[in-house]
Amino acid sequence: MVFPDSLGDKSETGQRVVKKSLRDIRDYIGFFPMTVLCLILLYGPLIIVMFYSFNDSQSITIWGGFSLRWYEEVFFGVESPKFKKAAFNSFTIALMAATTSTVIATCAAVAMIRGGAFRGKGLTFGLINLPLMVPEIVTAVATLIFFSTIGFRAGYATILVAHIAFCIPFAYLPIAARLQGIDESYEEAAVDLYASRSRAFFQVLMPLMLPGIISGFLLAFVISLDDFIITNFVKGAGVETLPTAIFGAVKQGIKPNIMAISTLLLFLSIVIVTLSYLFNRSGSRS
Amino acid sequence: MTNLRDNRTNQHVGVFAGLRNTLLLPSWLVISVFALAPLAIMLVYSFLTKEFRGGVIWEFTLAAYDQFFLDRGLFGDESPKIEWTYINIFWRSVWQASLATVICLVIGFPTAYYIATRPASTRNIWLFMITVPYWVNLLIRTVSMKFLIRDNGPINEWLLAAGMISEPIHLINTPIAVQLGLFYSYLPFMVLPLYAAIERYNFSLSEAAADLYAGKWFTLWHIIIPSVKPGIVAGCILVFIPSLGAFLAPDLLGGAKNFMIGSLIEEQFKGTAGNWPFGAAASMILLSTVLLILMWYSRTPSGTKAKRDNGS
Repeated sequence: MVFPDSLGDKSETGQRVVKKSLRDIRDYIGFFPMTVLCLILLYGPLIIVMFYSFNDSQSITIWGGFSLRWYEEVFFGVESPKFKKAAFNSFTIALMAATTSTVIATCAAVAMIRGGAFRGKGLTFGLINLPLMVPEIVTAVATLIFFSTIGFRAGYATILVAHIAFCIPFAYLPIAARLQGIDESYEEAAVDLYASRSRAFFQVLMPLMLPGIISGFLLAFVISLDDFIITNFVKGAGVETLPTAIFGAVKQGIKPNIMAISTLLLFLSIVIVTLSYLFNRSGSRS
Repeated sequence: MTNLRDNRTNQHVGVFAGLRNTLLLPSWLVISVFALAPLAIMLVYSFLTKEFRGGVIWEFTLAAYDQFFLDRGLFGDESPKIEWTYINIFWRSVWQASLATVICLVIGFPTAYYIATRPASTRNIWLFMITVPYWVNLLIRTVSMKFLIRDNGPINEWLLAAGMISEPIHLINTPIAVQLGLFYSYLPFMVLPLYAAIERYNFSLSEAAADLYAGKWFTLWHIIIPSVKPGIVAGCILVFIPSLGAFLAPDLLGGAKNFMIGSLIEEQFKGTAGNWPFGAAASMILLSTVLLILMWYSRTPSGTKAKRDNGS
């Protein structure tokens, strides 16, 4: 079906009239203001917090001029060792959890998409996506009870293991979607030309899957970095990640240094989503 | 060279089909051990006797479920009445999650429709703008909302300064604040599946309707909305389920008076209540509700199609 956008701006006036009337049929009054409202709702609170994080005033809602003092406090202030430790835990856990879950998810995607029909395929699909279907707080409770029953001490390792399991479906979905779009003839050609299966995978299929693998990794990384509920349950005493440290601080009241940390994390998320978007676009173009 | 034909059936098989079980083993193991087994243990815990200061005694009892639904008086010797405290918390969660779903749909549908009808070149930029907040830390977004609506927060300060109100609007620790937090958190979850459905809608149907003198809003209600119903159902489920079990919005924005089931569960493990079997039972009740909704969804035509697309 060819539709208005592809009808183009031909010189005959007839076609232009067609295009204009179709636009009229498709557009609804009030939908554009609603879209603007939606974006204001989504971005308003974030932009205001960002704005006030540069506020020089001690009282956080009265504007006292532009300043970077709260950022200075984040990096060099009294509480900075606590937040640096938490940031270190967050980033190392996110890196390891995202890497491990991406490897596991890539294997699973190749088996699911290229493995043909097999018994238990639906069951396996359900199993892989289990962490997506169960409410996060239930996963958190179950994981806490599990570690407590087997006598595993809560701490860094429990957070890491819980994150790996939780991140698998998030890594799986973009990888599987990408693999579905790659024709099987590539790896078949490689094998026909006497490549071993591992060469066919590492030198032919994996490079083609790479945009999906990178998006999957980045999504898993962000999910692990952002997770509060599961981490809060399984972290044990003394081990903090950035979200649990921020939550603890917010319970005492929202201070300007929290807004500065939030703004930094906000920018990190934007950088990661932009990267993922660019990789995906370059992938779909090639 | 790898044989691409099955020896018995002589059917075409993929290059990596022989490695299928090896490749699936890591995900089977990790998810069975660290996600499925914990759920089974949680089910067992919900039938155990509580020990003070957390933990359990390995004695079978229905006490946790009994406590959720029935009131037997202070000493447990009165004839059982229905215990409304927890049922009310559960009901409040369902109500708040439903309201959040409706608000997300009302804002999300026009947005998704508007984006889906833009030219292909600008569509991706609009989509990107909807996706960014989805990737931003949920905790940070909830804290931002809390900052915004506090009694001495920016909104109240501005309205006071502009002389539009004489005293601050009190929103924090009210059900309205929880609702603001919920629909703000999950709005992108509604827009994205709706967009995917509307983008596939065939606009020649709208054109045909117009040719037959249907009004635009008649077309929207009787043709477009029924055609994109699978996207609407998917979006509603994606908003409803996380809202139902939400913890951050009721905890940070609602305070002690606006408990939802998520806060009730958290209280049993991290808070002062310390009743693990009761927390496990409340989690089982939440999980069963969600599974019932998902089972209903998988039986609807849209759910069946989604399942088929995913290769099960």
